[in-house]
Amino acid sequence: MELFIQQLTNGLAVGGIYALIALGYTMVYGVLKLINFAHGDLFTIGAYLGLTLLTTLGLTNYLGPFGVVIVLALMVMGLVAIVGAALERVAYRPLRTSHRLSAVVSALGASIFFQNAVMLIYGARYKVYPHDILPRTAIHVFGLDIPLIRLLILLTSIVMMIGLYLFIQRTKIGTAIRAAAIDQGAAKLMGINVDRVIMIVFLIGPALGGAAGLMVGLYYGQINFTMGWLYGLKAFTAAILGGIGNIPGAMVGGLLLGVIEAMGAAYISIAWKDAIAFCVLILILIVRPTGLLGERVAEKI
Amino acid sequence: MSTLLSLKNLTKRFGGLVAVDHVSFDVETGSIVGLIGPNGAGKTTVFNLITGNYRPDEGEVVFEDRPIKNLPTHKIVSLGISRTFQTIRLFQKLSAIENVLAGCHCRMKAGSLAGMFRPPAQRREERQALETALQELQFVGLQDYAEQLAENLSYGNQRLLEIARALATQPRFIILDEPAGGMNNQETAALIETIRKIRDRGITVLLIEHDMSLVMEACEHLVVIENGAKIAEGTPQAIQNDPKVIEAYLGTDEE
Amino acid sequence: MKNKHIVIYVAFGVLLLFSPAFLNAYWVDVLNNVGLYTILALSLNIILGHAGLFHMGHAAFYALGAYTTAIINTTYHIPILWLLPVSGLVAGLAALVVARPIIHLRGDYLLIVTIGLVEIIRIALVNNVFGITGGSNGIFGISRPVLFGWKINKPWEFFYLIWGFAAVTIFLFDRLEKSRFGRALNYLREDDVAAEGSGINTAHYKLIAFVIGAFWAGMVGNIFAAKMTIIAPESFNFWESVVLFMIVLLGGRGSIRGVILGSFLVLGLPEIFRQFATARMLVFGAFMVVMMIFRTEGILPPLPRKYPIAKVLGREGSV
Repeated sequence: MELFIQQLTNGLAVGGIYALIALGYTMVYGVLKLINFAHGDLFTIGAYLGLTLLTTLGLTNYLGPFGVVIVLALMVMGLVAIVGAALERVAYRPLRTSHRLSAVVSALGASIFFQNAVMLIYGARYKVYPHDILPRTAIHVFGLDIPLIRLLILLTSIVMMIGLYLFIQRTKIGTAIRAAAIDQGAAKLMGINVDRVIMIVFLIGPALGGAAGLMVGLYYGQINFTMGWLYGLKAFTAAILGGIGNIPGAMVGGLLLGVIEAMGAAYISIAWKDAIAFCVLILILIVRPTGLLGERVAEKI
Repeated sequence: MSTLLSLKNLTKRFGGLVAVDHVSFDVETGSIVGLIGPNGAGKTTVFNLITGNYRPDEGEVVFEDRPIKNLPTHKIVSLGISRTFQTIRLFQKLSAIENVLAGCHCRMKAGSLAGMFRPPAQRREERQALETALQELQFVGLQDYAEQLAENLSYGNQRLLEIARALATQPRFIILDEPAGGMNNQETAALIETIRKIRDRGITVLLIEHDMSLVMEACEHLVVIENGAKIAEGTPQAIQNDPKVIEAYLGTDEE
Repeated sequence: MKNKHIVIYVAFGVLLLFSPAFLNAYWVDVLNNVGLYTILALSLNIILGHAGLFHMGHAAFYALGAYTTAIINTTYHIPILWLLPVSGLVAGLAALVVARPIIHLRGDYLLIVTIGLVEIIRIALVNNVFGITGGSNGIFGISRPVLFGWKINKPWEFFYLIWGFAAVTIFLFDRLEKSRFGRALNYLREDDVAAEGSGINTAHYKLIAFVIGAFWAGMVGNIFAAKMTIIAPESFNFWESVVLFMIVLLGGRGSIRGVILGSFLVLGLPEIFRQFATARMLVFGAFMVVMMIFRTEGILPPLPRKYPIAKVLGREGSV
């Protein structure tokens, strides 16, 4: 039972991270019908930028632990958002009318570019986050000691997701995003500036991905320039699990995948942990490709 | 006259919408039949049910005394039914002759191994297919456009090309979905001739059309569909005077 | 027009034929790798270029072929070249089993599934599934191929084996392209509803495309295993699939000459720029983006197909 609760909370925390990354994939796919292969690398950039800012700005001198994290998160999110918007402008916008596969190759190229840029700047070895930013205490909950960090991460992810959900459902821009995701042409005819909507999607999605990168750095303490690939693929699985293009779906998918993975690692085998995510992916795509919350779209013949 | 195709109680629902509602009619061998009705009545859906693009929820489709309801589309084509599409689905980036060769595919046998090693039978088959394709292009009058890309042809010619491709499958029954869409009067008149020539080759024709002059001229028998259900059936003259049909197309007077 | 092309091809072929004579061992080995990738990319071209199936898991079939050869050769000492068709068969059968349930998936979904597949296979290899794959250390001690009593050992000997195989592949695939089978793949790529509606069994052809592509990749795996004598899972990771995918798309999908050129560029350029070692992948990534923007159909897209129409018309007068 103890193992179960620990793994559950662990799975939810990791799942929250997957969800934040998955949101980036799902929002971009929703409006552009494009899998942004470079998204995982934006996540990586977030993790590295977090480290740089942390060590160079010496924020711990001025602020308490939570203050540091909040300021750090805001800065990282802002910076990664800018990189994301630039990515869209340079690598994707010129290909909007071209064949789907061209955009895929461009995305792959951008991914290679970012990954190697990070490697050139920071080196190929693992980098370590300072351990003492957040208190490494445990909270006594459900009769168990659960690490504070884990709960904080879970809480933060949930807060961000709720924020995004409200933004998408209740604001004018959010509605514009949803409209553009359903039918770009019609949205344009309704006076929606689709270019701007897309740019906003590429600000929000990468921002969340960057935040997730920061969280991984704080939670696991270690980052590497290749981490974007595995996290990216898993987050993509989460997005598909929930229904690609569906925002609540990405949230549900992320949390669910995190828990499935944690349980699988604990009760089946830790060596196959990564394979679990891929098995889930393939199963979902064969059995229910539109995902848990996705909608069927019929083709008119 | 025997019955070539028989639809019995054909029904198709999409969620809560009944697109085709217990439609029944027969097509006699060697006839030219028109399926008409207001927009959105379900005519193309009936076609899609015949060709296997959709599975019916209820009812039967019987072709040459053989039930074909749940067969895959390509099998139905090889059994002798071919079609054109309402929205024109040509292989736009390929040439006209290549488009027609697609129709020849199901009457050929060579597989990947034969393709690689080219035994004499395969070479003969390729020559024959090319001849057949050119013949069909000539039949619709497009022989001079053989090497043009499909997307470069005029709208009217694209419709003719689709017909040529459908004819290359050597069908006994061809269904044409709005073949005169986008054609002018001259082209339409030529199309009527072509449809008659198709029937003279021994191929039965079923068509959907909104162009009433074509329908009245070319069709011997009409079936009228409204809101998914058949509301009338008969000769063009009878249908023209049928009050139910007039109401479906034009509405009733306000009293 | 046609003659100019033939002259170029012949000149290139002759140059290639005699290249081991004036290149050192290192560069011959580079050309050997180019050769292997060329055949792999041509096999992927059938699936991705002709049939238009978004397949980014080709390394999985390559891996299956290599491991089949490695395991059987080291356990039962069966000569390498005898295992060539066996490796192809294993890979082809795997494709048959794996592709059937996923063949109907729409483009992007298929892409992701194939990525997932190649990863699962890699993880299975690393975890020494069934106890025969040697785990992450792989398998060593694979023998060299023996052709009519001649043991193939040195780079230049492999050069002729590999490029001989490549030449046969090019010849057969060119014919395949121009045959009924090749046409069927193109039709279903362009519009699979129209293809099915014209009487083409699209599911069948997609499957066969996968099987043929996998079969060939499996055979390449055999030669790769014999050339390296040691194989390990990391030679068959996702990145390998990406490289092949890129070769087909950058070179020109559906075009044999494009794919050959693509292999030379994708593998040769980083070699030539090896002195700028660290930045070359960075530049390469940027190059990919630029290429897609300015020449989205690839460097050498396929030429429109010509049919001997005049000949047919001439013979008959008019048909």
